[in-house]
Amino acid sequence: MKVRVNQSILIAGLLLSSTPLLAQTETSGGSYVVYILLAIAVIIFLGLIIQVSDNLLAIEARQSGADKSSANFGVFPRLNEIFPKKLPKYVDNNRSVILKKGYDILLEGGANEVIEETEITTFAVQPPNFIGLSPIPKLLVEIGDDVKAGDPIFFDKKVPEIKYCSPVSGEVIAVNRGEKRAITEVVILADKEMKYRSYDAIDLDKASREELVNYLLESGAWPLIRQRPFNVVADFNETPRDIFITTFDSAPLSPNLNLVVEGKGEDFQKGLDVLNMLTEGKVYLGLNGNGEEAPSSVFTEASGVELQWFIGKHPAGNVGVQIHNTDPIVGTDKVWTLGVQDVITLGKLFTEQQFNAERVVAVVGAELERPKYIKTYIGAKVGDLIKDNLSNDHVRMVSGDVLSGKSKSQDQFLDIFDDQLTVLEEGDYYEMFGWLLPFKARPSISRTFPNFLFPGLNFKADTNMHGEKRAFVVTGQYESVLPMDIYVQHLMKNIIVNDLERMEGLGINELVEEDIALCEFVCTSKQPLQQILREGLDLMREQG
Amino acid sequence: MKKRLLQFFHKMEPKKGTLGHTLFDGFFTFAFSPNHTTKGGVHIRDGMDLKRTMVHVVLALQLCYVFGTYNIGHQHYVALGMHTGLFDGFHLKLIYGLIQMLPIFVVTHVVGLGIEFYYAWKKGHGIEEGFLVSGALIPLIMPPDIPMWILALSVAFAVWIGKEAFGGTGMNILNVALLARVFVFFAYPTYISGDEVWVSGLASTGAGSAADYGWIHMSVFNPLFEGLGWSTFDAAATVVDGYTGATPLSLAFQGGWEAVTNTYTSSQMLWGTIPGSIGETSKPFILAGALFLLVTGIASWRIMLSMFLGAVTMSLLLNAWGATPFMEVPWYYQFYMGSFFFAMAFMATDPVTASSTNIGKWFYGFLIGFVGMIVRVLNPAYPEGWMLAILFMNVFAPLIDHYVLESNMNRRAKRAKARVQA
Repeated sequence: MKVRVNQSILIAGLLLSSTPLLAQTETSGGSYVVYILLAIAVIIFLGLIIQVSDNLLAIEARQSGADKSSANFGVFPRLNEIFPKKLPKYVDNNRSVILKKGYDILLEGGANEVIEETEITTFAVQPPNFIGLSPIPKLLVEIGDDVKAGDPIFFDKKVPEIKYCSPVSGEVIAVNRGEKRAITEVVILADKEMKYRSYDAIDLDKASREELVNYLLESGAWPLIRQRPFNVVADFNETPRDIFITTFDSAPLSPNLNLVVEGKGEDFQKGLDVLNMLTEGKVYLGLNGNGEEAPSSVFTEASGVELQWFIGKHPAGNVGVQIHNTDPIVGTDKVWTLGVQDVITLGKLFTEQQFNAERVVAVVGAELERPKYIKTYIGAKVGDLIKDNLSNDHVRMVSGDVLSGKSKSQDQFLDIFDDQLTVLEEGDYYEMFGWLLPFKARPSISRTFPNFLFPGLNFKADTNMHGEKRAFVVTGQYESVLPMDIYVQHLMKNIIVNDLERMEGLGINELVEEDIALCEFVCTSKQPLQQILREGLDLMREQG
Repeated sequence: MKKRLLQFFHKMEPKKGTLGHTLFDGFFTFAFSPNHTTKGGVHIRDGMDLKRTMVHVVLALQLCYVFGTYNIGHQHYVALGMHTGLFDGFHLKLIYGLIQMLPIFVVTHVVGLGIEFYYAWKKGHGIEEGFLVSGALIPLIMPPDIPMWILALSVAFAVWIGKEAFGGTGMNILNVALLARVFVFFAYPTYISGDEVWVSGLASTGAGSAADYGWIHMSVFNPLFEGLGWSTFDAAATVVDGYTGATPLSLAFQGGWEAVTNTYTSSQMLWGTIPGSIGETSKPFILAGALFLLVTGIASWRIMLSMFLGAVTMSLLLNAWGATPFMEVPWYYQFYMGSFFFAMAFMATDPVTASSTNIGKWFYGFLIGFVGMIVRVLNPAYPEGWMLAILFMNVFAPLIDHYVLESNMNRRAKRAKARVQA
């Protein structure tokens, strides 16, 4: 790229220097324009020499291995070195990434930072949570069976080694099926007192990687590890390049993970140690550099991992964005990702020898009387989580955040990787001249709304589309909120026409749905980007 | 109230699949944002939609409309040597302008929207907003005396061949409004070029030729004005001696900046009280619209800035060359003449036909400015270059994007290669 820039500067310089010569044939001469052009040519020429030598310096530094991505080996200071952004004191400057693009959607209904315990009796394991799983996995239990927490419930016939296990102990009371008899939920009525399946202890210091993998597969904790590209259950035959964990969620109304890990530092660290054994690369921990105060010491003082600070708006907390800005996925790379609470569950498998699927879930949204944190287990029933808390009947319940979550009914269950239940009003109303003179405030990145004048305002959003679907018209919009070097609109068009080569070239392997959810939110043409992306990812996966 | 209105509308709703339903849907969604909710994907959506985007461009054009309409009348009277002050004969100029402008506006929309509605019905999708902007732009870039049948043909050509043939809003390769103009330009050049066409209502611009009024002037408004005791349209008025009707650009081509300033003052050119296409003469009003588009973030500042830089660069080069009087016009005076700002603010920034990558936009804008200035100054056949330059670069925009995307793909491929080597 730089070489090409230099070439074009050279050509421009030559062009410019030739025109004054032409001009000087004039008798009048002495036109000041000629002198200005000459001066410009000289400046460009000198600049060219400095630029070339500067590049050579940088190339030399890279080849000798002295260049770390954050260091500047050029002669010129970078712009951010002249005007350094004021980072919070606790942030390590050498390991920080400032992401300029993004947008924080501020919504009403944030949770009160106290963790409550509510009685929740019904839980479910849901095969559709795992991307790439056969629709009808082989069930290992029948209705009426008693299971303990950690007992296997089903496995995929194509990959029988990976066991999917029960998060709680209790009785299997239903196996719900969807289209074409695909199993959607295995419902378990939980015991009052949790019973755990016992495991043979494994000595981490002596165990080989293979033994550890087999132990994790057998224990039922393996499906907690997800693999990129595609966000599928990790392939146990692969050794991941690196493992990435984000310790903050920047999505709207997302739970504060600092609160969640309180008192679980030991388990979290154990989980990280285990992960370190699974990869030959590094385990990266993405830390939040936005707040006034430093994140929990559980994160900042974690050992054996690479700490990486991220400063910026949503989607800075998305692990995909963090991977891209740390060490992007290229070629045949496989990286694994886990959530913070997944790491804790993994750690407890070794500190307490039990499969402890405890989850702190943020139950949030403007339609709740008391938004709060609830301590429960994976796959809790939605109806139980919001019992006696709704202030409005006409609502949508979303497992996850409002950008990339799944819509659920009261009889359904929270998805395995979600630690948030958002309740928001259904927006099925007509709005008179709503496109021209909106009466209700609504979140928007557009400056045609006065929103940008009120930067701290929380909005009460609903599910209205605020318009109709159209062809792609506005350009540069997706790129303006995605801190990744990816042309989302062009990628989407190539997915629509099934151009596999360009899909890969434009970086589809670096994305999963949550990464472009914000792009979908801002889309003027109301295009379903996440759905298009998943179709593309499925196609890529089928083609191998 | 709202409920009643909704009930009333729903009662009127025609059967689905008929042209009536398409029309109903178009007007209904205009009056009410539909009650659609999000399904799958995100659960909340940004308040911005295409209607809102498009209507903001139309809003940005309003000052040009007001001034353009008035200027039709003003130029008419300047040619006749009557009411030469800008606000003299205000009612006459305004009414004269409106009588010229309204038919142009109506015909543009009837033809353009008619074709849009037809295709929306046949293809079974909602009426798309694209023509909202095209329809607002087309009247502003036509000469005031354009015959209606030519206007109708050109709009039909632009919408039909230029847009619907490619798949409708968002799919066109060439700027629809400019396509309408370029159609007139090549098919009926005598109606849109030369010195005769920019002032309305004269048999010719030669001295002594008579003003040309219709029955609406003479038998509708004249009695009205007489009743009010105001001055009236005078059918006996003739063009004053020495009047040419030439635009600054054609004067500059003949004799450089000196020839221009012999006829027009620079403040006249700045404020736009000169002959030209209807909406493109007044720089401050256009720049106000451009500023509005920039502040609201609807138009790309990259394209506007780089197009300006491109034009400056080329005019500097031409200054240095200086072979003809026109080339010697200093670069800053070039912006007093012609329709550079209108093209920059409203034509080049059309997101569908412009380059779609941010890097590409820099090249796209710069080259428009560069090429447009070449056409303006060097080509004797075309008095102004922006229309051709923008259409030319519209065709090249996909190529620019192609190379930007290639470089993105190459970066990724290089990273992969480096990984394999390491």
